[in-house]
Amino acid sequence: MTDKVLTANRLSDGISVWLDAAGNWNESLQEAFVARHKEAVEALEATGKQAFADNKVVDVNVVDVEEVDGVLRPLRMRERIRAAGPTIPYAAGYAGLSAIRSAVA
Amino acid sequence: MYRYDEFDHAFVNDRVAQFRDQVARRLSGELSEDAFKPLRLMNGVYLQLHAYMLRVAVPYGTMNSRQMRMLAHVARKYDRGYGHFTTRQNIQYNWPKLSELPDALADLASVEMHAIQTSGNCIRNVTADHFAGAAADEVADPRPYAEILRQWSSVHPEFSFLPRKFKIAVTGAERDRAAIQVHDIGLHLKKNEKGEIGFAVYVGGGQGRTPMIAKKIRDFLPEEDLLSYTTAIMRVYNLHGRRDNKYKARIKILVHETGAEELARQVEVEFAELKNTELKLPEQDIAAITAYFAPPALEPRAEGWAQLAQWKKADADFARWVQQNVQPHKHPDYGMVTISLKPIGGIPGDATDAQMDAVADIAQEYAFDEIRVSHEQNLILPHVALADLEPVYRALVAAGLATANAGLITDIIACPGLDYCALANARSIPVAQEISTRFGSPERQAEIGELKIKISGCINACGHHHVGHIGLLGVEKKGEELYQITLGGSGDENTSIGEIIGRGFEPEKVTDAIEVIVDTYLGLRLDPSETFLTAYRRVGPQPFKDALYGDKTAAAA
Ligand code: HEM
Ligand code: SF4
Repeated sequence: MTDKVLTANRLSDGISVWLDAAGNWNESLQEAFVARHKEAVEALEATGKQAFADNKVVDVNVVDVEEVDGVLRPLRMRERIRAAGPTIPYAAGYAGLSAIRSAVA
Repeated sequence: MYRYDEFDHAFVNDRVAQFRDQVARRLSGELSEDAFKPLRLMNGVYLQLHAYMLRVAVPYGTMNSRQMRMLAHVARKYDRGYGHFTTRQNIQYNWPKLSELPDALADLASVEMHAIQTSGNCIRNVTADHFAGAAADEVADPRPYAEILRQWSSVHPEFSFLPRKFKIAVTGAERDRAAIQVHDIGLHLKKNEKGEIGFAVYVGGGQGRTPMIAKKIRDFLPEEDLLSYTTAIMRVYNLHGRRDNKYKARIKILVHETGAEELARQVEVEFAELKNTELKLPEQDIAAITAYFAPPALEPRAEGWAQLAQWKKADADFARWVQQNVQPHKHPDYGMVTISLKPIGGIPGDATDAQMDAVADIAQEYAFDEIRVSHEQNLILPHVALADLEPVYRALVAAGLATANAGLITDIIACPGLDYCALANARSIPVAQEISTRFGSPERQAEIGELKIKISGCINACGHHHVGHIGLLGVEKKGEELYQITLGGSGDENTSIGEIIGRGFEPEKVTDAIEVIVDTYLGLRLDPSETFLTAYRRVGPQPFKDALYGDKTAAAA
């Protein structure tokens, strides 16, 4: 089974968050609780539903990740960018597409 | 420009108060997301990948320095110090907090701005030629008519729940700078043989997943019938537009399925009922609105001619900027200045708070306090005396806003794409940055000449890729980004939809592909005056396919 984490956007400011092991919504993907079997995924889904119903977060989703050398990496680029922020440093310091690509790739 | 009356002020303030209450109830949990979402969308608030997004309307792209300063203030106070000017002549903020949005909207309301109808299935911000009221080739200023349409369409009870969003664009010149043929309704302001003002009416254009060029259903509509005829179109659409399928709900599909002739007939039937009702525009009302848009009193400044020639001689960079970014004004002693928001390697359409403040200062000092947003994601100072061009240029240089590339290959349109947008398949901005960097040298750009590249991160086509001379569409293939290239699109008076040239390119190969296309064009053009688009229309896609994919064997897309 593919590893999974639970993500959402915080209601009050919309910032992307991930559910951590303590049950808090954390701004860092790396702190996320990783579900590695079916029951754990079901627990994530239930927690997500409840948090949505409690008006803490919106746009709740379970997403696929893999762990590479202890670092969590979502399988979809969309989720990698959600976790890392825009790939374009605003204004100065633009490093070129290839460099940025390797950062999120 | 138009000024709010008491009713407008009260209306916008009431809406802010209402939204403040809705946000409070949402944050306290009294309102569910399902109940709240349509309410926030009615106030221009979306949820993107990283945060909420606020889209603020700039009606027909016109504003003054006070309003621009407020946009800077909103960027500074409620966002991360920048904003994104869009192809719909609006501005979007990428990081506002829901809890602070009512304050941001209250601040905007204090300068007669709002976010109403910037989202949802209603009539959206009416767009117009960004050179309106200044262009030498203009028949009449389109903005009074855009303003009349804005007033009529604002919270119009009958047209607030249409099958889908609805976009109207107006142009006042033969040269179409408002892309009217890819709008739901396009209005081309013109004069008949008797010298009366009216409109050619186009219906059913659009981009998105099913791009279509609008059909002309009226050669000449007298100006007094503007609202009755538009209402007739809206009624036919509201009644027959498809509500069963979101992807078939735009009026372009109705026009396509019904046929333009039959649709025109249906519109005429409705119009006959409406023609002599209160929707008929009295001459004095048109005159009253037109008075708001009276051009500034432009004193003769003939001394500018000689000065300009001298300055140009002394400074090659300045000369290049004038050549590229200044266009002839109605008044011979003045010019229309394009402020490029496309620095080489930068983010198309983005401006920092400091840059917005700088533009406001310059507009106030040198440009009669008028600023426009263009659908090409640039800013415009429509009235600048030639005698003031040099100080304007110096001030723009200081603000990092003097890139001399209007209409050139680095003047790229790009949507936010996967860096911000929740619907995106691929990134747009880094692709634009790399192309811009590759072709950034002034000599190379000048050699290539007019060439419009437009990039969308998904098939919704917010970046207008269908009408790019070169269009790039981001798709997702096996979890990776891929860019499909279209050639030969154009969004002017000779609108055409670009053709897919072959299979797509990976991010690291797409700039090379653009270079192959450009080099192919340079090799086959008859002479430097033959633009990319003209050359493409002459030779067709084959030479480009051959160059990109090898002889005669272009792979399927
Ligand atoms: C949160 C960001 C955005 C979302 C969710 C969004 C959504 C959409 C969707 C769903 C469509 C397709 C409509 C249809 O085919 O019926 C569309 C079209 C369009 N959008 Fe956006 N958009 C966003 C940002 C922008 C931006 C930044 C611009 C300007 C740069 C823009 C301008 C347009 C234009 C010009 C079209 C195509 C014209 C047409 O409606 O046919 N949008 N957008
Ligand atoms: S074209 Fe697609 S990716 Fe780009 S802004 Fe529109 S919806 Fe988002």
